[in-house]
Amino acid sequence: MSLVAKPGTRYRSAVDQTEVIVVKPASGPVDLRCGGHPMVAIGTEVPAGLTLDPAFSAGTPLGKRFADGETGVELLCTKGGAGSLSIGEVILSQKDAKPLPSSD
Amino acid sequence: MHLGMLLEMAADGMADRVALGPLASGLTFAELASQARRLGAALEALPGERVGLIDLNSPAVPLTLFGAAIAGKPFVPINYRLADPQLRAIVARTAPATIIVGEGVVERVGPVDGVEFLSRAEALALAENPEGKEADGWGGDAEEIAVLLFTSGTTGEPKAAVLRHSNLTEYIISTVEFAGSAEDEAAIVSVPPYHIAGISAVLSSTYSGRRVVQLEAFDPVAWVRTVRKESITHAMVVPTMLGRILDIVESDGLGLPSLRSLSYGGGPMPLPVIERAVGLLPHVGFVNAYGLTETSSTIAVLGPDDHQAAFASDDPAVRARLASVGKPLPTLEVSIRDAAGIEVPVGERGEISVRGGQVSGEYLGRGTTLDSDGWFPTRDEGNLDEAGYLFVHGRLDDVIVRGGENLSPGEIEAVLLEHPSVLEAPLLVRDPEQGVGRAGRRRRRHFRRGDGGGPQGTCPHPAAFQPGADHIQFREELPFNESGKLLRRVLRTELSEAFT
Repeated sequence: MSLVAKPGTRYRSAVDQTEVIVVKPASGPVDLRCGGHPMVAIGTEVPAGLTLDPAFSAGTPLGKRFADGETGVELLCTKGGAGSLSIGEVILSQKDAKPLPSSD
Repeated sequence: MHLGMLLEMAADGMADRVALGPLASGLTFAELASQARRLGAALEALPGERVGLIDLNSPAVPLTLFGAAIAGKPFVPINYRLADPQLRAIVARTAPATIIVGEGVVERVGPVDGVEFLSRAEALALAENPEGKEADGWGGDAEEIAVLLFTSGTTGEPKAAVLRHSNLTEYIISTVEFAGSAEDEAAIVSVPPYHIAGISAVLSSTYSGRRVVQLEAFDPVAWVRTVRKESITHAMVVPTMLGRILDIVESDGLGLPSLRSLSYGGGPMPLPVIERAVGLLPHVGFVNAYGLTETSSTIAVLGPDDHQAAFASDDPAVRARLASVGKPLPTLEVSIRDAAGIEVPVGERGEISVRGGQVSGEYLGRGTTLDSDGWFPTRDEGNLDEAGYLFVHGRLDDVIVRGGENLSPGEIEAVLLEHPSVLEAPLLVRDPEQGVGRAGRRRRRHFRRGDGGGPQGTCPHPAAFQPGADHIQFREELPFNESGKLLRRVLRTELSEAFT
């Protein structure tokens, strides 16, 4: 289980290029996964031998935000990849962006 | 999050888009990031804990903003228009630092302990050097200081506002859609690099993938020419700029066909100027933004739809919103409070207070001004209407107390500005319990010393002048700083000399 406790913490996928940063922390420990496998904190070792689970391969686009209502966690994708983000088996939904009129 | 990451994301996702300069020859996002990483590695090795900049706009501005972030040192853009002694004092407060300078600055400032100067050309050479080492753009602590901005000091000694990476990136990722700009979009940046709008323009353009074309400094002729030549789609202006731009557009009749969005902020914009702008540029979406240095730029926005609705409406409450700054950003909270810090009922005036991740409210050496619940008191007076639109009336410190009544200068100034011959109408109080000094610019007729009746024949709002003004002065010019902010301190000194 990842803590996903601190805004600014970064995680990477164990099976593809996806990287995310925590925008809003989770209320408790969450099982954050990408491509069907637990994500690892940047700077820690990626376990070898894992492969992308086809059930979690819709992809994570760069610059999109993902949120989970139950745990309150919100993530921003900083590197896009082939895997889908999930908490356990539940795929995270992409947050609809409502960009403001450009003011600067 | 960290400023370096915004740039890395843009370089990853939009590598070949032009980021900076003319479409044919500008730097792409990949090149911008690569140069910023090289400058970052160089700045890390150069002496000092901070990286200053005293220069006009040039590619060195975004490169140094990002390069300093990557080097893990605060970026300190300094107002090059300050008089030499003030400039030297600010430079001394920036030490220990390496400061990137434009022409003539070293001669003006002279040697300062703990400060090394690097010319703009030298900084650009470090960034462009293909042999140069590239630092890691992804690292960095979000709670470190990203930018120190000295306030304009219109009311006193300049303070250095602290903006941390977390403040600025929170503002960007919550208001800008990553890669959300169309490929043909381009923004012109003409505000100086030491203005918060200059910083936020670099960051929001980078994150949205919008090309930036810089003007070294604002000049209305160069601005109009560049907008037409570079097919500029987006621009931000401060109040003093817009009228001068419109003069040119009106006289040559060529319009600004490529322009889609024009945002204005940095001070109250006279309503007649906006009405004129909408008339001359009917295809442009107007955006009014309100924000402070201490809030990482914009905290409320009146968008194009709001402008249209207000113009089209017969409902006085909806029309009045043209004078508002729109609704607060959904990612932060705004509360209007009385002098005791208690929230006032909707519609009533009080101090605008704001809370959210982009709000810093911190000054170097003075600590935070946030209260224990995280609210930043802006010292601006305002109110919210029933629909949540925010109206800003001016600085609380300028509020005039006459006969037990609080008068807001902004309200009275707005009435005076309705007159076609009045360009600016700042009001000042000499002594909060005694008198009001007022200076109007460009006389029309029938302005006279108030005796309880107000300036007859020109002001339809007698309440605004009920107590009467002690002095009215007519002027051709007023002291403004580069970003269009009235230097009230200077004016106050001049008026008190004139009227004692």
